Amino acid sequence: MSGIAVTLKKHRGLSIGLLAWLVGIVFFLPIAWMALTSFHSEADAATNPPSFAASLTLDGYREFFGAGGGASPWPALINSAVASVFSTACVLLLALPAAYALSVRRVKKWTDVLFFFLSTKMLPVVAGLLPIYLFAKNTGMLDNIWYLVILYTSMNLPIAVWMMQSFLAEVPVAVIEAAQIDGARLPTILARVVAPIALPGIAATGLICFIFSWNELLFARVLTGVVAETAPVFLTGFITSQGLFLAKVCAASLVVSLPVLAAGFAAQDKLVQGLSLGAVK
Amino acid sequence: MTATTAPYAATPVRATRQPSARLRAWATRAPLLPALIFMIIVTQLPFVATLVISFFHWNSLYPKARHFAGFDNYREVLTDPDLRHSVWTTVLLTVTVVLVSLILGLALALLLDHRFAGRGVVRTLLIAPFLVVPVAAALLWKHVLFNPEYGLLNGLLHYVGGPQPDWISNTPLIAVEAALVWQWTPFMMLILLAGLQSRDPEQMEAARVDGASEWQVFRYLTLPHLRRYLELGALLGSIYIVQNFDAVFTITSGGLGTANLPYTVYQTFYQAHENGLASAAGVLVVIGSIIIATFALRVVSSLFREEVSRA
Repeated sequence: MSGIAVTLKKHRGLSIGLLAWLVGIVFFLPIAWMALTSFHSEADAATNPPSFAASLTLDGYREFFGAGGGASPWPALINSAVASVFSTACVLLLALPAAYALSVRRVKKWTDVLFFFLSTKMLPVVAGLLPIYLFAKNTGMLDNIWYLVILYTSMNLPIAVWMMQSFLAEVPVAVIEAAQIDGARLPTILARVVAPIALPGIAATGLICFIFSWNELLFARVLTGVVAETAPVFLTGFITSQGLFLAKVCAASLVVSLPVLAAGFAAQDKLVQGLSLGAVK
Repeated sequence: MTATTAPYAATPVRATRQPSARLRAWATRAPLLPALIFMIIVTQLPFVATLVISFFHWNSLYPKARHFAGFDNYREVLTDPDLRHSVWTTVLLTVTVVLVSLILGLALALLLDHRFAGRGVVRTLLIAPFLVVPVAAALLWKHVLFNPEYGLLNGLLHYVGGPQPDWISNTPLIAVEAALVWQWTPFMMLILLAGLQSRDPEQMEAARVDGASEWQVFRYLTLPHLRRYLELGALLGSIYIVQNFDAVFTITSGGLGTANLPYTVYQTFYQAHENGLASAAGVLVVIGSIIIATFALRVVSSLFREEVSRA
């Protein structure tokens, strides 16, 4: 009797494992297929039925990086890196003191303030897009990567404040009070006491801000052109391209996604916590 | 010391204490202010400007013809069949994608809550779709999967001798939704998995000892516990999917009846140069997303309250 129960239980565990693996593979299949196609020649990439055993080549990547005379993606990749890194830095600089005021040294009505930050995320981007565009046009800020840095900072700041206040709530008040008694002022307390303790949380916040900035399309599409074009905008150049460029499209999509994929895989747990605004631990 | 100063210090102390309390309140508030002021300037001011522009007839190609229009733009947005259709598309797209990815995400989270060989690897495989840059993911679906001649979907159908439909032309909205569900299911799974793993194992064990079936444990313990996490997933998913631009722009370019409000607003001012009309549509998007966010939260929580009270 117990022997049967045990085998049944074992069997059930095995079938759950198999099912999970199957679903995982189905979800990953499009990405795996994209990776394989990126290493095919254009002729092998566009066949029906698909060619699984076609020989591999780096032509797709060579084409993407401009060997075929097309535009080089490097300026766009560099613009994306600049916009993401600098906006993330600005977000952290603004969010850390704000989170401190909302969690450690609580201001009055701190929940109201917190909900104000979240409510700005519910304000859709298109609701302010036209004035933002007109302002840039009239001040000569169109096609300027630093304008995107400001906008991406505002896009990510509410998320960062939410996340950080939940991370900072875990910093023991006694440590901060001890520093205050020693005569440390706010910037010193933030940099020397709070930041080191909350470092993993701050890193996760930064990671998520980086990902969102790197991924952003609408602002970049409307506000940049030739000089400040970002990687997602560069990718939109492939929207209407036909089958002849399939390997190149796949190579491009993978290269542009690589920083986000790498960062996301490296910090899976922190990612969940961050994306749920610190509500899930 | 207090005794000697008290008789004549009563008023001066109050006079000095009040400003110092105010000063202390400002000292507490000060670290918050840069972020708060920055947010108000960069997000609220443009919205106020949008609100103002929405009451003007203003085509940027004819700037001299700009004049006050009252509610004309709103009337036009609400009566124009194309714009009305895009309102409907936005609702349909958001509700479908959030619901389907939430249900799929729940199923996957329950699956991954079990121990099995290679669980970490499967989790990583499942997260990957969420980590592909949205434009790249949309390109992947458009060219690599959906293409009727050399796409993977029809390529696989070829082996079973199935039909070779043109997915994007035949079912454009479903095509966009499929791509979005693929991207958002992992996000829902991650949140719900965290929820599952925060259950009280002793309580679960106690229920099993008392003879509760797997289904009963799920229905009366797990599901109520997950309520907060389901709400959170629905709320955050709605916020992002209502605003979706990348998938619609890339997969169909708003054609074939898939233009949602964000795409329509973009097109109205970026291609048609109708600033007033675009702003009115933008204001409607805001109203719509506020309704969706509050509704989603209320509906889900009342559903669960019912479940809990029945249990």
